[in-house]
Amino acid sequence: MTNVITTDNVRISYGDHEALHGINLNFQENQITALIGPSGCGKSTYLRSLNRMNDLIPNTTVTGEIRFRNNDIYSNSTDVVDLRKKIGMLFQQPNPFPLSVYENVAYGLKLSGVVNKRMLDERVEISLKQAAIWDEVKDSLNKNALSFSGGQQQRICMARVLAVQPEVILMDEPTSALDPISSAKIEETLMSIHDQFTIIIVTHNMQQAARISDKTAFLLNGDLVEFDQTEKMFINPKMDATSDYLNGKFG
Amino acid sequence: MNPKRTNQIATGLIYVLVAIVVLILAGLLGYILVNGVPNISWHFLTSGAEAFSAGGGIRDQLFNSLYLLVLTLIISLPIALGAGIYLSEYAADNWVTNVIRTMIEVLSSLPSVVVGLFGYLLFVIKFGFGFSILAGAIALTFFNLPLLTRNIEESLHNVSNLQREAGLSLGLSNWKTISGIVLPAALPGIITGVILCSGRVFGEAAALIYTAGQSAPTVNYLNFNPLSATSFLNPMRPAETLAVHIWKLNTEGITPDAHLISSGASAVLIIVILMFNLGARAFGNLVYLKMTAVK
Ligand SMILES: Nc1ncnc2c1ncn2[C@@H]1O[C@H](COP(=O)(O)OP(=O)(O)O)[C@@H](O)[C@H]1O
Ligand SMILES: [Mg+2]
Repeated sequence: MTNVITTDNVRISYGDHEALHGINLNFQENQITALIGPSGCGKSTYLRSLNRMNDLIPNTTVTGEIRFRNNDIYSNSTDVVDLRKKIGMLFQQPNPFPLSVYENVAYGLKLSGVVNKRMLDERVEISLKQAAIWDEVKDSLNKNALSFSGGQQQRICMARVLAVQPEVILMDEPTSALDPISSAKIEETLMSIHDQFTIIIVTHNMQQAARISDKTAFLLNGDLVEFDQTEKMFINPKMDATSDYLNGKFG
Repeated sequence: MNPKRTNQIATGLIYVLVAIVVLILAGLLGYILVNGVPNISWHFLTSGAEAFSAGGGIRDQLFNSLYLLVLTLIISLPIALGAGIYLSEYAADNWVTNVIRTMIEVLSSLPSVVVGLFGYLLFVIKFGFGFSILAGAIALTFFNLPLLTRNIEESLHNVSNLQREAGLSLGLSNWKTISGIVLPAALPGIITGVILCSGRVFGEAAALIYTAGQSAPTVNYLNFNPLSATSFLNPMRPAETLAVHIWKLNTEGITPDAHLISSGASAVLIIVILMFNLGARAFGNLVYLKMTAVK
């Protein structure tokens, strides 16, 4: 299988505090990889380095190599805007724009130059369907996205990401702020788009990782402890730390 | 003393202090309105001032105040917007930014008389503008800019970072994220700020006495050529504003009814400013609803 993203000896520091101490991980096409580990172990830091969202935080240094489709994403010739179109992101807190549902989902498309109304309508509908929110919003596409519940907002955000058809979708604990029903719907979405996107998901919820991911990476204190097929890792972890964490002994 | 008692005393004291503030304000407003409103009439608002005889109005001064306000906003709003966006979205947290902020702070605490005299020396005399609306508008820009910039910066700053992340992660450029998402989200706050600043500008006198001047030459309200000396739109003509007019009537007014006109003009001034202040909130909310809500 092709590697979509490869990371080699990635170290990330905030000021002089090193949060990640050399991570080697590869992500394969159309697989779901879960990143697990206790709070503060560096999952978000790592995830946000993959589409350079860390650039927004001053005094962050990234060393090592992160390649997307074999291009170094931290090289000077990389167009960050273009990179982020291909590597989309869903956040922990739903963050729809204060616009209508339709405008939220169409926003990215319009900016990349899609003007044909029919085409926009079509993509908006497909994306909302993929995100398992269509039935709930189809009669109120002109309503402000902020007037929906948190779980619905998150799925609208999911549709917004899907609409621009990225290759990779990064998710940082996308369901931890949601009710169980909405979480289940997000998971449902993940399963259904599974074969079209490469997905990397940070999750606090071990059951969720077990249910949805093909591979799991366990991080601890800025180090990668173990990376394996999810099934293998959950049934038979190689490291003691992994087993302790999976059994709820800490974290 | 037990805590309950202390609490009662503290609460009581706070109420008394608030009551004092409200009383002072209500007393002032009441005095001005009670004395002034009876002098306001359609004739008063629509006729020109008289220098020596009774029965003059404030038409020209009222128009000058509004025109000056518009010109001031045309000059200061783009600058403040640029500066506010820069400070909130681009400026790194370093000494350069700190110097800029400190200078804005200093500028905002300059007494308006000083701003006026500076404008007089530089624009009226040195650049040869003479007493003119333009010189007044520039002086008011100095006066207005710090507050406006800070207000815009703050409004932008209040937009959640989640919105910026949403835009950037969607592959919008930095500028697109700012102009397409952050700025619209901040617009209600910005509009409120602009209107509040307008109220301040509208009532300003000291900065204008030596810049826009103290005379209101007769102008032709049908002459729309801003280059013509008699046009009401000519930015190079001297223009006494309402606030300056009030000041002048009270210091050297020689019309027999100076007192009546001044109290009427004060009431008009206060009413307009109150309208700005009350309108600001309503309008800001309206814009927000328009932009975000159910269509
Ligand atoms: N913006 C930041 N500035 C400084 N330190 C940070 C910042 N974000 C995260 N950290 C630190 O980096 C480490 C990893 O954090 P994070 O990646 O958020 O962990 P996780 O997502 O696994 O909970 C923590 O020690 C945290 O305190
Ligand atoms: Mg995190």
